Amino acid sequence: MADIRLEGVGHSYDGGRTWALKPMTWTWREARAYALLGPSGCGKTTLLNIVSGLLSPTVGRIWFGDRDVTSVPTAGRNIAQVFQFPVLYEQMSVYDNLAFPLRNRRYPKAEIDQRVRRVSQLLGLDEHLHRRSRRLDPGRQQIVSLGRGLVRSEVAAVLLDEPLTVIDPALKWTLRSKLKEIHRDTGHTLIYVTHDQTEALTFADEVVVLKDGEVVQSGTPAELFLSPAHEFVGHFIGSPGMNVLPAEVAGGLVRVGEAVIGRAVGELPPGPVRVGVRPEFVRVSAARETPGVKARVKGVDRMGAYHLVRADVDGHDLVAKVDAGSHHTPGAVEFFHFAADGAFLFRDEVRCGSIAPLEGGQGA
Amino acid sequence: MALVLDGVCVRQRDEIWLDDINLELSSGMTVLIGPLGAGKTTLMRVVAGLHPPGAGRVIVDGKDVASISVRKRSVAFVYQQFINYPSLTVHENIASPLRLDRAFPKDQVDRRVGEVAELMGIGDLLPRRPSELSGGQQQRTAIARALARPVDVLLLDEPLANLDYKLREQLRGDLKSMFGQSKGVVLYSTSDPAEALGFAAPTVVLGEGRVRHVGDAADMYDRPPTLAVAATLSDPPLNLLPGVVRDGWIECMGASFEAPRAHARAERVVLGVRPHQVSIEGAGPGALAFPAEIRLAEVTGSATFLHLLLRGGTHLVAQLPGTRLFTPGQQATAYVDPAHVLVFDEAGGDLLASSTAEVDLHG
Amino acid sequence: MTSQLAEDAGAETSPREEARGRQADLKPKNNRAWFLVLPVVVSVAFTAVIPLMTVVNFSVQDIFTPTDRIFVGLDWFRSISRDPEVRAAFLRTLLFSAQVLLVEIPLGVAIAVCMPRRGVSVSVALVVVALPLLIPWNVVGTIWQIFARGDIGLGGWTINNVLGIGFNYTLDSTDAWITVLLMDVWHWTPLVALLAYAGLRSIPDPYFQAAQIDAASAWATFRHIQLPRLRGVLTIAVLLRFMDSFMIYTEPFVVTGGGPGNATSFLSILLSKIAVGQFDLGPAGAFSLLYFLIVQIISYVFFTVLTRSGR
Repeated sequence: MADIRLEGVGHSYDGGRTWALKPMTWTWREARAYALLGPSGCGKTTLLNIVSGLLSPTVGRIWFGDRDVTSVPTAGRNIAQVFQFPVLYEQMSVYDNLAFPLRNRRYPKAEIDQRVRRVSQLLGLDEHLHRRSRRLDPGRQQIVSLGRGLVRSEVAAVLLDEPLTVIDPALKWTLRSKLKEIHRDTGHTLIYVTHDQTEALTFADEVVVLKDGEVVQSGTPAELFLSPAHEFVGHFIGSPGMNVLPAEVAGGLVRVGEAVIGRAVGELPPGPVRVGVRPEFVRVSAARETPGVKARVKGVDRMGAYHLVRADVDGHDLVAKVDAGSHHTPGAVEFFHFAADGAFLFRDEVRCGSIAPLEGGQGA
Repeated sequence: MALVLDGVCVRQRDEIWLDDINLELSSGMTVLIGPLGAGKTTLMRVVAGLHPPGAGRVIVDGKDVASISVRKRSVAFVYQQFINYPSLTVHENIASPLRLDRAFPKDQVDRRVGEVAELMGIGDLLPRRPSELSGGQQQRTAIARALARPVDVLLLDEPLANLDYKLREQLRGDLKSMFGQSKGVVLYSTSDPAEALGFAAPTVVLGEGRVRHVGDAADMYDRPPTLAVAATLSDPPLNLLPGVVRDGWIECMGASFEAPRAHARAERVVLGVRPHQVSIEGAGPGALAFPAEIRLAEVTGSATFLHLLLRGGTHLVAQLPGTRLFTPGQQATAYVDPAHVLVFDEAGGDLLASSTAEVDLHG
Repeated sequence: MTSQLAEDAGAETSPREEARGRQADLKPKNNRAWFLVLPVVVSVAFTAVIPLMTVVNFSVQDIFTPTDRIFVGLDWFRSISRDPEVRAAFLRTLLFSAQVLLVEIPLGVAIAVCMPRRGVSVSVALVVVALPLLIPWNVVGTIWQIFARGDIGLGGWTINNVLGIGFNYTLDSTDAWITVLLMDVWHWTPLVALLAYAGLRSIPDPYFQAAQIDAASAWATFRHIQLPRLRGVLTIAVLLRFMDSFMIYTEPFVVTGGGPGNATSFLSILLSKIAVGQFDLGPAGAFSLLYFLIVQIISYVFFTVLTRSGR
């Protein structure tokens, strides 16, 4: 096992006119769990297939440790990969399916048996081991596919391409924590492709956010959530996504419409900016506090564990996520207070500063 | 417009797919929620006339529709897979049901297509073919096709399930406003509690081919009548703990609390605890305390999911606000305020008591 | 890129849809479908059932002239089924069909596996493979009759003069047999190959990718991914090839005329000799019915065995 390094790797499906994956240099560090997060068509699967060797990149080189594997075929790269939909050897029993990658690599019989039984136990497949795999329901078939990806010991990385898409929501929770435990036990490098933020955030040590074929930000789930470096990250991670309001910086103050909402922090030339603040960091109160805006409540969504208060600020939506017990009336004008370290300024979609409370109660 | 299902049953060989479904749906949107295999799709197919009910009647506007062929029914169906005519443009796809409808004035077709496409936000994609669209755009096309011709009954079978979650969030908002003032009956199925809650429409909980409950999703979340309803509407899943009733007290794995008002006669009970109601530090007086080992901490930024292993091997998941760091193997104590515990009887899973709901009901 | 994405998406959904299809065996029932079948029933009645009844009628009579005939019961059936010439032809035909299946099915699958999966070469390969199928049967016979001749045929001349092996299908029974067999293989293996190719094309890409990742050898990939998914089309291929080869007539008739001796006189050739050559309508009728019955029974057995073994 070693780090996986991409050197200027990029891919184009049309001979270089457009890039599905823009040339990038990136290192997947050994034994870490990564989530590759982005909307469909952002190049996630392309990137994954380049690592596994199912696709050879248009430009760039791939290194596993000190070994250049750019031209090494998939079987020679020692990679495990799980696909979005169940891929099984349908004629074989579940046991044989799990043993297949080991038998092909001539593992000793006793070790095969031991590994298969361990994986089957972890994934709860014990009672199905001797059934024909095609007789299982789709969810369980996918678990078998997952098991085949996890059964080998000496792999450079395990790649998971949206592996939980066909799984029942309740079972997803269990499987995800299983995967995480397995990762802890085996210490494999895991790369987990998903468009589901909850999946990505709960699973990974490090989340890599991909958009239009390039990485816009990477970091721990907390970093991405608490300090998005790009509007897209704020929008894509978090449910609902970050509120974005057009604003103006002038004289070191941030204005939304007529109202001054706080002091701009960071070296910022005056001009239009956008204020980004997550619904979690918006508090609704009757009294004026700073920084924040006054707005009329449009509606309240009762989401069970929490409520979403929707308001209108000069034609732009502002959403606050509040406790389930609280009460707000549609039509009422309330003060929406932005948490001190939860509001940021963006220019050209890139973060350029943050907002601090006004000093000495100045402002409108 | 009204749709009535009267004692609808569907059996396939020995399996019961739908068991005595009785529902009355009026104009506007109704959400149908249930886990995989609950019978959602079968129910929709029966309503559409694609599958004959083994017993019972489907009544649209007072008329039994059993004898009316699928083609003649005023029904539109949107599937989970994005189903469009691959050789037709988006415009022609949306226009197709209008062209087949003899009563629809031909000179109005283009106008109507434009309207619906605009509504679904695909107005600029009309000349393209489905293969040139993203999944979300394909599904918008499919929904637009279903919306083009005004129908008595619009059926949507998990239409957003195959889409990106962000797109799902956005479309959910769009659909909510669109179906709000629909004159026909709109039946929308899903397995995602957030969808049911987000639509804030009358909700039917389906499970194992039966109607579990009908009501407002948020009310059912706060005060679930049965364990099945609570489980269907909980994401992350509900924690379940075993309990025993003794002399007006409920004992649960070493902790105990006074059995709430609707006193449980049952000996054994099941306690349901939502993850966000579990904390691991300084709880108020009377909180149930469970010593536990931390198995796993999942951080999402806004919350941390802590997987705990209680004595006796029971798993408990706690959803803590914010980012919290823990080491697996660490010892901790899980606290639960008895006021937030849902008590179900063991056999039928009926709700015996919940104090959470009362706070909301009085407030 | 768009088309690539679309292709991938298509490939990825199919296993799932299959699974769903199995899960929910829901089909609308509508009895009006029977009306659509009616024209077929009527035309089959006119073209097949009524002529068949005529044959049944012939088979139980001894016909001297169209107006002079007597009822003989099952006599013709008895004598035909005991006729040593018919029995020999039956075994010969059975052997021929068995050999045809043993050669054409594996060869067809092998060709299909070797054909390209995508790119411009796909259409080229398809045209080349399909070429023999486009030639009328009697022309195929003529082509091979000339091709295999030792004096002017390229094939026969090469064998005789380049390889130095004596080869003459007009005199040697084995040579004649081999010629007819090779001709059938040449003519009909493409059909098997095309069917198998269609079956292979329907396998989604991730299956092959998974096999690469699992380090499966080419043989294991074939054995565990491709072959299981070919079951359906191969059942059809086996049935078609069996029925066709068991009833083969035109090509051997053109090439060898059933000879030398009786070496290549298959059931069909014998039958036409009796029916058309000798105008023995009674025995020929009984022969036809027995022939028909055998084809039905063997096909049924094939079908049952092949579809059952997959469950």
